[in-house]
Amino acid sequence: MSKKNEDIEFEKALEELEKIVEKLESGDLSLSESLDNFSDGVELIKYCRNELNKAEKKVETVLKDNEGEFGDIVPFDEEE
Amino acid sequence: MAHKIYSVSELNKYINQIIKSDEILADLYIKGEISNFYHHNSGHMYFTIKDEKSAVKAVMFKSRNKNLKYDLKDGLEVTAHGSIGVYEPRGQYQFYVDDINPKGKGSLYLAYEQLKEKLEKEGLFAEEEKADIPVIPHKIGVVTSPTGAAIRDILSVVKRRFENVSLLIVPSLVQGDRAASQIVSAIKYLNKKEDIDLIIVSRGGGSIEQLWPFNEEKVARAIFESKIPVISGVGHETDFSISDFVADLRAPTPSAAAELAISNKVDLENKLDNLSNRLEKAAELKIKNRKDKLKSIAEKQVFRRPEKLFSDKIQKLDNLSLKLGWNIKKNFNEAQKKFNLLNSKLDSLSPLKTIKRGYSVLTDENNTTVKSKDEINRGDYIYNILKDGKIKSEVIDKEGENLE
Repeated sequence: MSKKNEDIEFEKALEELEKIVEKLESGDLSLSESLDNFSDGVELIKYCRNELNKAEKKVETVLKDNEGEFGDIVPFDEEE
Repeated sequence: MAHKIYSVSELNKYINQIIKSDEILADLYIKGEISNFYHHNSGHMYFTIKDEKSAVKAVMFKSRNKNLKYDLKDGLEVTAHGSIGVYEPRGQYQFYVDDINPKGKGSLYLAYEQLKEKLEKEGLFAEEEKADIPVIPHKIGVVTSPTGAAIRDILSVVKRRFENVSLLIVPSLVQGDRAASQIVSAIKYLNKKEDIDLIIVSRGGGSIEQLWPFNEEKVARAIFESKIPVISGVGHETDFSISDFVADLRAPTPSAAAELAISNKVDLENKLDNLSNRLEKAAELKIKNRKDKLKSIAEKQVFRRPEKLFSDKIQKLDNLSLKLGWNIKKNFNEAQKKFNLLNSKLDSLSPLKTIKRGYSVLTDENNTTVKSKDEINRGDYIYNILKDGKIKSEVIDKEGENLE
C-alpha cells in the first residue's frame, strides 16, 4: 500500500526545508539570497506545522444497537 | 424348550443397552493416535484412535466439534473423552467423542500453531503485504472494549503526548465466543468510513483463552483485508497473537500501539522543531555577521565623525592663518619698534646734534672724517664742518697725547 498523498507532500516540504537550512548554514549565500531562503524556510515550517496539527483532538465512540449494528458517533465518556 | 430367536437389530440394541449401562464405558478417557480422519460434509468427524496393538472407531458429531479450535488430523496424539456405544446398523461399537485434546501443549496452543502455519503459507504475514503506517494520522480507529485496560492505556498515551489526533473507539468484546465476530465487524465498519487513517486492534493482557479472539482466523483475515493500515497491540510483551503477525505493525502492548501510531508524527515534530531552530540560528548568524561587518565599518573614524576628516585640516588652516596674521603683525610691530629704536638711535647718534651743540667734524680734502692726528700731515688742508658751513684750515703742526 502506498503512502497517502499528503504524507508525500509533507515529506517533500520537509526535505526542501532541510536543504534550505543546510544552504543557510553553509554561509555561502549572499545576504539577499539568505533572506530569500530564510523566508522560504519560514513558509515551509508554517506549512509543515499546519499539516502536523490540523487534526482535531477528539475522542469519540460509535453507538451499537442490540443487534450489533453501528449507529451514531458520540463523544467518548472516559469516566465510564 | 424353545429358544428365543432374536433379530440382528434386537441383538445390537441389546448389546448397546448393556454397554450403555456400564458406568466405566459411559464416561471414559482414551489416549491414542488419530488415524483415518475424515471430516464429513454433514460436519461430523469420523476417525480411528489407535495404539501399537489396537484401534477403536470414533465419531465426533458436529454439535461437539464445532467449538474445536484446532484441526484434528492423522498422527495427532490425543486424549479423548466420551462414551462407548454401538452403531447398530453395522453392529459396531465405537467411541462417541465429546471432547478431544492434543497431547502436551493443549488445544489452544495447537490451534494457534496450526493457524499460524496455514496463514503463513498463504502469505498473510509477508513483509510485502505490510502497509506503511501513515506519517501523520489524523484519525485513528480503535477496536477494543470501551471499558477495558487497553483503551485507558491508549488514551493516556495520546493525552500525554499532547498530539492533535482524533480517536474513534469502536466498542467490541475482546474475549469470549462472540468477540471475534465483533472485532471483524468493527474493522469492516472502520473500513467503510472515509476519514480513518489507521486502525488499532487491542486488548490488555490475559490468559491464552482470554486473548483467543485475536488468534482466530476470521479476525486475522479481516485485518489482512483491511484497506486501512492496522496496528495490533494485544496482551503483554510476551504474547504473540495471530493478529500481531498479520497486522501491518505489531505493538507489544496497547500503550505501545498508541506510541507507534503517533511516533512518526512525534519524530516529524521533533525534526521540524530542530530544522526551525537551525533555520533561525543560521539566519541570525548571517545577519549578525553582516551587522558586525557594518558596525565595524561604521565605527571607522570617517563615518563616526566625518567632520573630523576636515576639522583637523580646518584647524590647521585656522592655526596657520592665525599664526600668519599674528606673525605679520608681530613682524610689523617688531619692525616698527626696531625702526623707532634705530630712528631714535640714529637721531641720538647723528653728528648734527653734536654739531649744533658747538662741535665740529673734521674732514680731509676727500671729505673723509679725520679721527686721528696720524691721518693727516703738516701742510694738509682740513675742513671743520659746522652747523652752518665749513672752515678750511692748513695744518701747521701736530702734537698732544691720546685722549682715550
